[in-house]
Amino acid sequence: MKSDVIIIGGGLMGSSTALQLAMRGIHCTILEKQSPGRHASGVNAGGLRQLNRNPPEIPLTVEAAKMWRNIESLVDSDCDARFPGQLRVAENSDDLDLLEQRAEMVRSLGYEHEEMIGREELYRLAPALAPHCVGALICREDGYARPFHALTAFRHKARSLGVEYHVNTIVDAVERERGMWRVTTRKGEFQAPLLVNCAGGWAGQIAASLGEPVPLKPGAPMLMVTERLPHFIDPVIGSASRKLSFKQMQNGTLLIGGAHMANLDFHKESSEIEWPKLAVSARSVMALFPQLKDVRIVRTWAGVEAFMPDNLPVICKSSTAEDAWHAFGFSAHGFQLSPLVGRIVAELIIDGASSFPIEPFNITRF
Amino acid sequence: MKDHYQLVIIGAGPAGLAAATIAADHGVEVALLDEQPAPGGQIFRAIEAAPVERAEKLGPEYRRGAKLVTAFRDSSARYFPDTQVWSLSAHREIGVIHQQQARMITAEQVLIANGAFERPVPFPGWTLPGVINAGAGQILFKGSGIVPSDGVVLAGSGPLLLLLAWQYLRAGVKVKAVLDTISRVNYIKALPKLPGALLVHHHITQGLRYQQTLKLAGVELHNGIRDLQAHGKKSLESISYRHKGSKHRLKTDSLMIHFGIIPNIHLSQAAGCAHFWHKRQQCWRPELDKWGGSSIEGILIAGDGGGIGGARTAEHAGRIAAFRVLHNLEILNQQEVNHEAKQDRKWMKADLRIRPFLEKLFRIPDSMLKVPHDNAIVCRCEEVTAGEIRSAIAAGHSDSNQVKFLTRCGMGPCQGRQCSQAVAHIVADKTSIPLQQSMQFRIRPPLKPLTLGQLANLYPDETE
Repeated sequence: MKSDVIIIGGGLMGSSTALQLAMRGIHCTILEKQSPGRHASGVNAGGLRQLNRNPPEIPLTVEAAKMWRNIESLVDSDCDARFPGQLRVAENSDDLDLLEQRAEMVRSLGYEHEEMIGREELYRLAPALAPHCVGALICREDGYARPFHALTAFRHKARSLGVEYHVNTIVDAVERERGMWRVTTRKGEFQAPLLVNCAGGWAGQIAASLGEPVPLKPGAPMLMVTERLPHFIDPVIGSASRKLSFKQMQNGTLLIGGAHMANLDFHKESSEIEWPKLAVSARSVMALFPQLKDVRIVRTWAGVEAFMPDNLPVICKSSTAEDAWHAFGFSAHGFQLSPLVGRIVAELIIDGASSFPIEPFNITRF
Repeated sequence: MKDHYQLVIIGAGPAGLAAATIAADHGVEVALLDEQPAPGGQIFRAIEAAPVERAEKLGPEYRRGAKLVTAFRDSSARYFPDTQVWSLSAHREIGVIHQQQARMITAEQVLIANGAFERPVPFPGWTLPGVINAGAGQILFKGSGIVPSDGVVLAGSGPLLLLLAWQYLRAGVKVKAVLDTISRVNYIKALPKLPGALLVHHHITQGLRYQQTLKLAGVELHNGIRDLQAHGKKSLESISYRHKGSKHRLKTDSLMIHFGIIPNIHLSQAAGCAHFWHKRQQCWRPELDKWGGSSIEGILIAGDGGGIGGARTAEHAGRIAAFRVLHNLEILNQQEVNHEAKQDRKWMKADLRIRPFLEKLFRIPDSMLKVPHDNAIVCRCEEVTAGEIRSAIAAGHSDSNQVKFLTRCGMGPCQGRQCSQAVAHIVADKTSIPLQQSMQFRIRPPLKPLTLGQLANLYPDETE
């Protein structure tokens, strides 16, 4: 089977890339080893967060935020996106110092989206918080969406523009012959002149087969969700000194994460919940919302994500192979960037360069 | 409760009670965890408390349980009632809630003996107040003596349906009708299995006796009914069904339904034990060796949770598994356990002879299992209909877990216990991927709701 581009991985990055390429008239085939959204793309916390990004990611996250505001024009669905703001709470003066330094650093780079708010403003925005907090760093434009719905919207739109999805299609070998990529899978052979690696937790294997191994480490951050509660809080709550992401979803459930890792069996693609670490997440919630102690947890889970040692993604042309590109390693914060990543990869492929500063994401940095 | 036991048994029904007694009598340190306030499981519920008169009404099989409970009470096994198990790992870490506190305990051997639950078969109106499972009806009767005040219709299939109708009749409840989905075809198909079944004639004579008593009392008994639906605005007002080609409607504010029972495999799934689709019993079962050993070392399963065999078989299977535990703990050698288990194996084999007959006879029509009515709610928790599930599949979400992601079906507090089977049937029907190869919902612990406060206090010394 032949097309212009083969994309390995049918998650958000692969689907977004395929969509952007298809919008520019390029015919893509996606090879998905299981079903789209089986791991990181489908089961992440859905945060649309510019707040507290690593500086090299800031130009990207700001543009991606604009795209999310307008996501319906791109994928014909609002992806259930909401923008009630995200904040990092300070519980003491040390926290406050930390956040103020951060706000100052972001301002010095010429960005205005992160700002400090005092105690009064904090409790106006989040009256349910425990009374000891002293202030917060906020990005008022931030929010969240429903990941699997977003992925489904990207996938449907991509398909409507002619993108072919091959699910349950495990890639066994990637070879280049006479200017063509030949990808051998359990479901036959695929050929195309161009290749994109969006394989998430499995992208390291693809990169290695192109001769550029990377120190990618698959991990499975744990999340938990509670029973439905009456609406009591709008913004997404993080903390200056705790690993926590806390939000009340559209349906009233609480989604709680904190980047604590499950015990992952990568080979079997299954993970076991590390209850001691999840207990730390629960204690963080108790510290900020003690009134929630009798709320019932109904589900916990962990999806496989690709982590890089510096927690920055790889977005670049291959340094070893002709006509191959990478977009992976988003280290548990790629959801918000995904609409833009597709655009950047499409630019790299079609225009030969991106209009965004992506040098820090080059694969040669390792 | 201690942090570690040699053997932890989950479930105090016939299998758990029999196993605990044997193991404890051989000096094993046993903890038996159970959700109920008293031993007996679903089948012998409240057996220690039921007044003699009610026990009489419930029949002789029920009294058999009393012996089991007494032997268990006399053993050295530690018993923890009102205790819920919210996780089980392959390393035999068991998350429990005991006296409102969450704990994590470990065991060298784990025996899952948590039985079965009533097969949920969604049909239009099944979620209306007034429609309850016959098993739940029986629990109200056994536990508190509560019966429907204004008469009742019983519908579905399976031995419990007749038994409950008979029990109600004896308690003076007006049984308006017993509507059985079994068709004549089932009787014909079941007949060849009868010679084997005749060897355990007590089951069959009992069933015939129930039927005869009901007929004599003038109860309407209809076979081969189709298209069962419940109607009502806020609660049940009437039901309708098809019988011999014509449509019938019956006024009632109480409908008890029963479509047989299926193994409760949440714990064995959570631990990662291998399971398979059992065609005759129309359910998933764990893969077990002849001692009840699962695919994971140190995790055993006995009783209906390992495949439906009924109370007597559960009792034997519990003892057989206990012997295996004694061997695993190096208390008895292979020869000794072979010898000890012999009698139970013989009785169990005899008791299981009825099964092929019952399975053929009470087989649920496949047409019902795939939930033909689009407006029938499949997931009670998130109110997802069969139609929505079929649309999701049509849009390319071609396995149970993708359907769950998209529709939230199975994401409610019941953890998909109520809908996972129905979703699997619908997916198999729409995609033509056989059930054997299909995937069930992945298990997402906690299996029982655990509060944020309970989890927060679980590991007080753990830090970020």
